[in-house]
Amino acid sequence: MGAESSPKIAIVDESPIRAAILEEGLREAGYTEVVRISEMQSLLSRIYALDPDVIVIDLENPSRDILEQMFQVSRAVRRPIAMFVDQSDTASIQASVDAGVSAYIVDGLKKERLKPILDLCISRFNAFSRLQDELDRTKSALEERKVIDRAKGILMKLKGLTEEEAYVLLRSTAMREKKKIGEIAQSILTASELLK
Amino acid sequence: MKETLQIGFIPLIDAAALLVAVDKGFTAAEGLDVTLVREVSWSNVRDKLNIGLLDAAHLLAPVAIASSLGLGHIKVPIVAPFNLGLNGNAITVSSALYAAIMAEIDGDPFDPLATATALSRVVASRRKNGAEPLTFGMTFPFSTHNYQLRFWMAAGGVDPDEDVRLVVLPPPFMADSIAGGQVDGFCVGAPWNSIAVDRGVGRILHFGSDILQRAAEKVLAIRQGWSAKNPQIVDALVRAAQRAAEFIEEPQNLIEVARILARAEYVGVDADLILRTLEGRLKISADGTVRETRRYLLLGRQDAPRPDPVQAAWLYAQMVRWGQAKMSHDALQTAQAVFRPDLYDRALGVVRKPAAVSHPVGAFAGPAFDAEDVEGHLAFFPIGRQRLR
Repeated sequence: MGAESSPKIAIVDESPIRAAILEEGLREAGYTEVVRISEMQSLLSRIYALDPDVIVIDLENPSRDILEQMFQVSRAVRRPIAMFVDQSDTASIQASVDAGVSAYIVDGLKKERLKPILDLCISRFNAFSRLQDELDRTKSALEERKVIDRAKGILMKLKGLTEEEAYVLLRSTAMREKKKIGEIAQSILTASELLK
Repeated sequence: MKETLQIGFIPLIDAAALLVAVDKGFTAAEGLDVTLVREVSWSNVRDKLNIGLLDAAHLLAPVAIASSLGLGHIKVPIVAPFNLGLNGNAITVSSALYAAIMAEIDGDPFDPLATATALSRVVASRRKNGAEPLTFGMTFPFSTHNYQLRFWMAAGGVDPDEDVRLVVLPPPFMADSIAGGQVDGFCVGAPWNSIAVDRGVGRILHFGSDILQRAAEKVLAIRQGWSAKNPQIVDALVRAAQRAAEFIEEPQNLIEVARILARAEYVGVDADLILRTLEGRLKISADGTVRETRRYLLLGRQDAPRPDPVQAAWLYAQMVRWGQAKMSHDALQTAQAVFRPDLYDRALGVVRKPAAVSHPVGAFAGPAFDAEDVEGHLAFFPIGRQRLR
């Protein structure tokens, strides 16, 4: 951080997990003054009270438009705020919008001091969405296994098959119809529900 | 080969022409494979359009101009070959503020000059009593909502920067904020005024069309560079949007349109409420009072889809009046050149005589707007931050 003191960073994010991941990353990198804001009611007055140097906000947050107001010169704004980019820095916007995060700097903070903060936010946001994807995939794999187990159960009961035979029947049907085993299993569940 | 396009929108009723064009297959019929991207903030729409993540977008008309002038953000020239809607906003106030205005009013409660004058009396008496200034919500610094609210109150002698607080609020938060007392009123587009009225927390004081007879609200925005490189795609998109706008205006299609828009992936509110909005038949008060006007929201009729550079000049004049932009003839020309009736005509194969159609802005106060004399126009208004020299 050098001789300059750590800038005060406000994280505006309604996802508590992602905000925690971000805060942890910033602290590890030596930024000691990090505050999370998850309550969107009276966001501006929270921000004025905190008086941060940098505001980081996720792009799924409708409150982003509220921050845009702070670009305006008005009585309500004590320190003007700028988007982190200048005209030449479209690569930074691209990377941050892709990751789903945006940052605003408050007048007074040097732009080059923002860059490492933003890079860190981008990589943490990307890491978070990878984590989320993985979680979703695991979840749907688990769901599929449950569906297959139930379909096997139905086949075993109706056709007097062993578990092994029931699975073979599901698999061969799936291959013949060029579908996934999960889809065939789901249609068995649907059919049995209808025929109840 | 099909052209694939990503088009962004905010869940509002004035995205109708775009949503219907895609949903009814009008874009597909033009050889376009459109993916609609629902966004949560105007900042997102602007940024994603600017950097090319979106090819086109449903955008606040003043944001298209601000982006082309580099106001408030990076400068990216935008063109608007199609106007998605005129009007459609309303000013809603809390029951308490409505009562206060009605206690002071001298004249017709539907006359914006009468209500604005009454508002100035309410403001003065609050100041005398040491009460907090009134707070009004609007959707974005560069929005018609901001300008209509300011135009209205300033006509009655209220300085929007000194006498009240104006705050940006995302539309879905408006009803909660008026219910919670964080704001005393707001200006927002459909369906959000009706939602506040239906919840019994607000009363519609004015339709946007009381303030201005015609106000360009949302445009179909495209990056200028991309538009120049892809004229066929722009033409195809304009034709599909025009077909949708005409479809929406057919009375027998209204219910179908309302049902399409009501779907969760589009606007996601009650179809009946959308139908009332499309018909310009709005419940203005919790007691069930209905007010009806054909001007409330113009989508396909009265030449609404054709971009009108006079509208762009009016919006630029508001940016100057409220200190967002400096007066300059170059900037005025740039602003007007964002609205492209020539692209609209080209796409539809219409040949028009110059100045064949001219629609006045029709503001309730001040001299008739003259796009050739913006400075003279602005000099008329005593309240404002205009820097004309």
